Amino acid sequence: MSWIQSFVKQAGLPRVIIGLFLLSLFVAAPFVGVSVTSSINDVLVRFGMNAVMVLAMVPMVQSGCGLNFGLPLGIIAGLLGATLSLELGVVGILGFFVAVGISIPFSIVFGYFYGQLLNRVKGDEMVIATYVGFSSVAFMNILWLVLPYRNPTMVWGFSGEGLRTTISVEGYWLSALNDFLSFQLGTHIKVPTGMFLFFAFLCFLIWAFFHTKTGTAMTAVGSNPEFARASGVNVDRSRTQSVILSTVLGGIGILVYEQSFGFIQLYNGPFYMAFPAVASILLGGASVHKATLLNVIIGTILFQGIVTMTPSVINSMIQTDMSEVIRIIATNGMILYALTRKSVVKS
Amino acid sequence: MKTTKKTSYKHFLIAYAVPIMFITLSIFTIPLSGFSPEYLIQEMIIRLARNSFLVLALLIPIIAGMGLNFGMVLGAMAGQIGLILITDWNIVGIPGMVLAMIISIPLSTFLGWIAGHILNRAKGREMVTSYILGFFVNGIYQFIVLYMMGKAIPIGNPALVLSRGYGIRNAINLEGIRQTLDNLILLKIGKVQIPVATFILISAFCLFIIWFRKTKLGQDMRAVGQDMEVAEAAGIPVNRTRIISMIISTVLAGFGQIIFLQNIGTLNTYNSHDQTGMYSIAALLIGGATVSHATIPNIFLGVVLFHLMFVTSPMAGKNLIGSAMLGEYFRLFISYGIIAISLVLYAWRRQKEKERARMDLRGNT
Repeated sequence: MSWIQSFVKQAGLPRVIIGLFLLSLFVAAPFVGVSVTSSINDVLVRFGMNAVMVLAMVPMVQSGCGLNFGLPLGIIAGLLGATLSLELGVVGILGFFVAVGISIPFSIVFGYFYGQLLNRVKGDEMVIATYVGFSSVAFMNILWLVLPYRNPTMVWGFSGEGLRTTISVEGYWLSALNDFLSFQLGTHIKVPTGMFLFFAFLCFLIWAFFHTKTGTAMTAVGSNPEFARASGVNVDRSRTQSVILSTVLGGIGILVYEQSFGFIQLYNGPFYMAFPAVASILLGGASVHKATLLNVIIGTILFQGIVTMTPSVINSMIQTDMSEVIRIIATNGMILYALTRKSVVKS
Repeated sequence: MKTTKKTSYKHFLIAYAVPIMFITLSIFTIPLSGFSPEYLIQEMIIRLARNSFLVLALLIPIIAGMGLNFGMVLGAMAGQIGLILITDWNIVGIPGMVLAMIISIPLSTFLGWIAGHILNRAKGREMVTSYILGFFVNGIYQFIVLYMMGKAIPIGNPALVLSRGYGIRNAINLEGIRQTLDNLILLKIGKVQIPVATFILISAFCLFIIWFRKTKLGQDMRAVGQDMEVAEAAGIPVNRTRIISMIISTVLAGFGQIIFLQNIGTLNTYNSHDQTGMYSIAALLIGGATVSHATIPNIFLGVVLFHLMFVTSPMAGKNLIGSAMLGEYFRLFISYGIIAISLVLYAWRRQKEKERARMDLRGNT
């Protein structure tokens, strides 16, 4: 029995409970007429879609800036990249990478200023990040309306100006990553290999980065800023770097999401996108102070598993569509749990 | 001498940066919108009556040092459940309103009690936690109203229920209580109408807060707000005091939402409470309040300035650039932006003070 205890202790009780719950949903699925294989396919695709945005949480948590509720800022940079690549009319996998390439400079600039701001409000990062995210989304609402985009698939047909609320990427780079080296597994499962490879590549970069001098300094700043400063690390600069990194990852994250989803959602689309990502990493066992790549992977699988499986199984069981309500309760319940947990690491 | 004068001038500018910014903004948007002065005055009076009470609900947690209570939407939801029930029972007029308030009290108390406990576990992170709590309880509210009402909770009036047989419709007509409080005593000065009864109620609660601050409990809250550890050492039950402040705030927010909706006259079952917290908080901050300090004048100044911007900016946007949508987005941006800026200014100031204190300690003034 002791190995069970040590496993529970290591994985954390909430994760074990949620993991078991997810498992029971998969077991129950065939009895209520939900196909297990297509559910697995859904979970795989959703994992790939959201994983990079969850990964975007890691640098800021590691440097002590808290959960990145300002993810919409990175998302906006990604949206700029996406819309500009459509405007340029590059298609296929090249189009996707052009979008990534365009988004990165925007992310760096946004992230730099965002980082400077967060350095001035130490201790209150999270609530300020939330509102920075919201106000930048609201500000971009104005810009989406007035920026001189010309591509007819993107602007309102009626007036010929102002971007549409949802723009299809079909014919440009729809599934550009998903289809790369993808293969069929059985009749229902199509593994989006390219998306996973891309995510793995980014994970590797982050892993490697946290083993460089700059990365190690960042972790030191996160675990004890006073100590880090005493050992000659420029705390503010490290924090800014982490914010830039998070913002860049957020921008790439939304592009990965869009190429699989098929649509660019502008205007109020990015408003609440930070919350599922925050909930995922917390579900994976990260705290407000510490996050690892394993947290990202486990958290995204569990979270996406729950939000895919719970609605479909429960809906078939009681013949009602409760997916939205379940998603709201699960997402925010998880964040709430993490925020109220007595923090072990205290500087 | 010169430097002190300069710093005090600077101090004033920093302290009142937000209201000054808004007054400047209004100077531009009012003429651009092309609204007549009577119209604007009437609008401001309506909006003062409609919103002040909600903003009032924010004061007590600020005194207790818990920051801006983003969780006031909890109270708003409790108020809305009261309104749904009285509409179902068809109780109209002032008795209906009073009954809705009475129904909301136990709900708000319970929610406030829970919120207090949760925030006690998240000291130092109250704002973000209360914010997420608002979302979380919104999920539960939707679950109750959309799935339980009409099933587990009997709803007799078919006009309220969705065609599938359970769940409440998106919009509820509050005909029974529409503006009953506002029209109870209506004073007309020229073309401008003043809902006196609503203002009497609002002033009564302002007096309540002024009185409350002087009671033992109110003083305890101030002490807790200033320094929890010192308060604890002085024998004040810190956690209990904080829970009570949340309960009062939630109950008041419930009343505030009922007053707000009796003026509007329609309840958007799933959206009405969404914006409540944000607009109230934005208004309070625009009035010059901070996360740790808010007074009653802040409330009224803030409501007027915020809604002046709110009313004029779509028209100003339309007249200036020819797009009303732009003004719409602009005011959304301002509402969020102002909360962000105020929070940043506050946190920044606090950090500067901390640094100054450290410098003083080193004897390097």
